[in-house]
Amino acid sequence: MGGNVKFSSHRAPPPGCSPRPQPSLAPGPPLPVGSPPQHEDTVAHKSTADRVKPSATARLFEALHAGQALAGQLARLTEPEHRRPLLAQALREAGEAGQEVLSLLASNGWRTPPEEVERRFAHLLASKNLSEYGVDAFGFAPSEIRKYVPAFEFLYRVWFRAEVHDIDRVPEGRCLLISNHSGQLPFDAAAIGASMLLDREPPRIVRSMVEKFATALPFFGTLCNRCGQVTGLPDNCRRLLDADECVLVFPEGARGINKTFRERYRMTPFGHGFLRLALETRTPIVPVAVVGAEEQTINLFDFKALAKLVQSPSVPITPLMPLLGPLALLPAPVKYRIYYGEPMLFDGDPNDDDAVVAVKVAQVKSAIQDLLERGLRERRGVLI
Amino acid sequence: MKRRQIAVITGIGGRLGQLLTRRLHREESWKVIGIDRRPFPRRPADVEHLRIDIRRKACEDLFRTHRVDVIFHLGLMHDPRQGTGEHHTWNLLGTKQVLEFAQRYEVPKVVILSTGDVYGPQSDNPAFIGEDAPLLGAQRFSGMRDLIAVDMFAQSYFWKNPEIETVVLRPPHILGGVRNAVSNYLRLPRIPVLLGFDPLLQVLHEEDAVSAILLAARPGLRGVFNVVGPDALPLRQLVALTGKPTLALPHVILPGLAKRLFQLRLANFPAAELDYIRYSATLDGRRLQELARWRHAYSVADSVSAALRRGIFDGHQAPVALQAAG
Repeated sequence: MGGNVKFSSHRAPPPGCSPRPQPSLAPGPPLPVGSPPQHEDTVAHKSTADRVKPSATARLFEALHAGQALAGQLARLTEPEHRRPLLAQALREAGEAGQEVLSLLASNGWRTPPEEVERRFAHLLASKNLSEYGVDAFGFAPSEIRKYVPAFEFLYRVWFRAEVHDIDRVPEGRCLLISNHSGQLPFDAAAIGASMLLDREPPRIVRSMVEKFATALPFFGTLCNRCGQVTGLPDNCRRLLDADECVLVFPEGARGINKTFRERYRMTPFGHGFLRLALETRTPIVPVAVVGAEEQTINLFDFKALAKLVQSPSVPITPLMPLLGPLALLPAPVKYRIYYGEPMLFDGDPNDDDAVVAVKVAQVKSAIQDLLERGLRERRGVLI
Repeated sequence: MKRRQIAVITGIGGRLGQLLTRRLHREESWKVIGIDRRPFPRRPADVEHLRIDIRRKACEDLFRTHRVDVIFHLGLMHDPRQGTGEHHTWNLLGTKQVLEFAQRYEVPKVVILSTGDVYGPQSDNPAFIGEDAPLLGAQRFSGMRDLIAVDMFAQSYFWKNPEIETVVLRPPHILGGVRNAVSNYLRLPRIPVLLGFDPLLQVLHEEDAVSAILLAARPGLRGVFNVVGPDALPLRQLVALTGKPTLALPHVILPGLAKRLFQLRLANFPAAELDYIRYSATLDGRRLQELARWRHAYSVADSVSAALRRGIFDGHQAPVALQAAG
C-alpha cells in the first residue's frame, strides 16, 4: 500500500484534470443523446468497425500520440507560469485528501461497528434462498462476503473516500443498476456493491454481471462468485431478476473499463441486452454514475496485440508500468462519487427492432451522462 | 391375474444395474433380464443374466421369446482408460442395438441413462443448465464424444419412433458404491484441488439415481430430463465432508503433469477431467421435478459417506469398468 500512495500522489494530479475542471465534457458530449445512433450501440457493428480500422501501425501511432500528449502536459509543468497553479492545486488536493485519510484512520470512524454489520447481514440472510451449505444457486456465500467486509470497507471509505448520493432511489424488489464503467480494474463495481451493502437502508446485495474472461480466472473468479457476482449471461440475469434481485450491469462492458485516459467520462457504446431484459421482466432501471474511477488508473494505450496473445480483453499500458509492472494497474486514491438516478420503467416489446430499443438505451445513457456531469460540476478536484 | 412385467437391463453387472435389479425385483416384483459381460454376484434366483455382449445377435432371442415392457439401458462405458475405439463402438453400437430391438419388438418404453457431463464444465456456463442447452462436454474432453453421440442418437429416436416412450436421463455426479470418476476422486487419500478454483458441484446418491430411473419407467413420461438431487455446493465443502486433507495445486502445472501420469497409468484421471474441479456445470432439474414430482431422498453428506463406504455387495472387480455416469 505504501508504494501505492507514493506513485499515486506522484501521478494523479499532474496529467491535468484539475486545471481543466470539466475535462472534455462540457463543450459537447461526444455521443449526443438526441440522435439515437442506429447501429452505433450494437456490439456487432463495433467489432466490424474494429476489424476495418486498426492496423498495427495505426495503433502504434495512436500510442505514440498518447505518449506525446502526456509528455506535452508534463513539459508544460516545467514552465514556471504553468507549474505554479498546477502544483499548488495538486499539493492542495493531496494535502486535503491526506488529512481526510489520516483523520478517518485516527478516529477509526471508517469502520461500521460490528453489531451494525451483523444487523445488516442478518437482514440479508433472511431474504436469501440459501442451501444448507450456505450458498445460493449462483455460488453466492454471504458468510464469505462477511469476511471481506473490512477490506471492502477500507477501500470504499478510506482509499476512495466514497461519497454516495440518493441511494434511497434504489427501489425494493427487482431492479437493474446501469452504470458507466471505468478504471481498468472493476473497483467501481466493488464501490457500488459496498454502498448498497453498507449505506443503503435496508441493505441489498448487488449481483453484477461479470465479463466471462474474469469469471474464468483463478482466485478472482472464485472471489467474485462467492461475493454474489455472476457470469454475464442473459439467462443468469433473467433468473436473478425473476428472483427480485438487484442486478448491476455495465452496458459498456470491457470496452468501457479499458478505455484510455484521454477518453475518460466519454461513455463507449452501450449494449442493448440489458434493456431488452428490463422490458421482458418489467424491471425498473436505476441509472448510476461513478465519478472518480475514470481517473484512478491512467491507461495510455491498449496493447491489443499482447491482449490477443494472453487472451485478455485488453492490456492497458500505464506510465508507471515499466517500474511497477502489473501493480501499476492498482488504483490511485481518487475520490469516488456515486450518484443514483431516478428509476426508469420502460414499456415495450423486448423483441423490438434495434432502432426502437436504441432510443430507450439512449435515454438511460443520457440519464447517466447527466449524473456524470453533475458529479464533475460538483467536485473540486480528483482527490477531494 | 396381472401379467408380471418384464424389464431388460443392459449393464446389469454394474453397481447401478444391481441396485436397480434389486429394487425392481423386490419392490415392484418385476421379472428382470440382464445383459452384461460382467458377472452379477449374489444374483436373485429368478433374475436371468445373459453374459454376452449386447452387440451379439444372440441377444435378439431374448426379445423374440419375451414381451419386454421396459428396457433400461445402463450399459454405457464411461471409463476413459478403455481404448477410445472400443469405447466408441461399444457405446454407439450398443445403443443402436438396444434401440433397434425396442423398435422391432415393440417395447413400449426405453430408459437411457446418459449423464449430466454431456454439458461439460465451462467458465461461462449459466448457473442453470437446461435440457435444451448445447452439449459442449467434448469441447476439451474428447472422451465425452461418444456419450454425447449416444445422447443425441437417443434424441433422434424420439421422432423416428413416436410410439415408443423414450426417456433420456442426465444426472449429475453419482456418488455411492459406484466406481465412477467422482466417487474415486473422493476416495483418494489426499484429495487434489486447484488453487484459486472452487466450482459448484451437484451430486446424487446412487439410490436416488435408481429412484429416478424407476420414475422414468412410469408410463406417460417421455423426453430428456436433468435429474437434480441436493443443492449444489462448492467443491471444497464437498471435499471437507470426507474429512480428508486436500492438496491444492496450481492449475498451470497440473494439466501437463496429469497427462503424463495418465499416459504412464499412474493416475486414473485424464487431464481433461481437471476441468470438473475447475469450472461449474450445474443442471436445472425443474422439469423432472414439475412433470414427474421427482424428489431426492439422500443428502450430500449421505452420498459422500456412501462413496467412502464403497459397495457392500459388489465384492468383485469388474474386468471392464462399466459405470453408469462418470
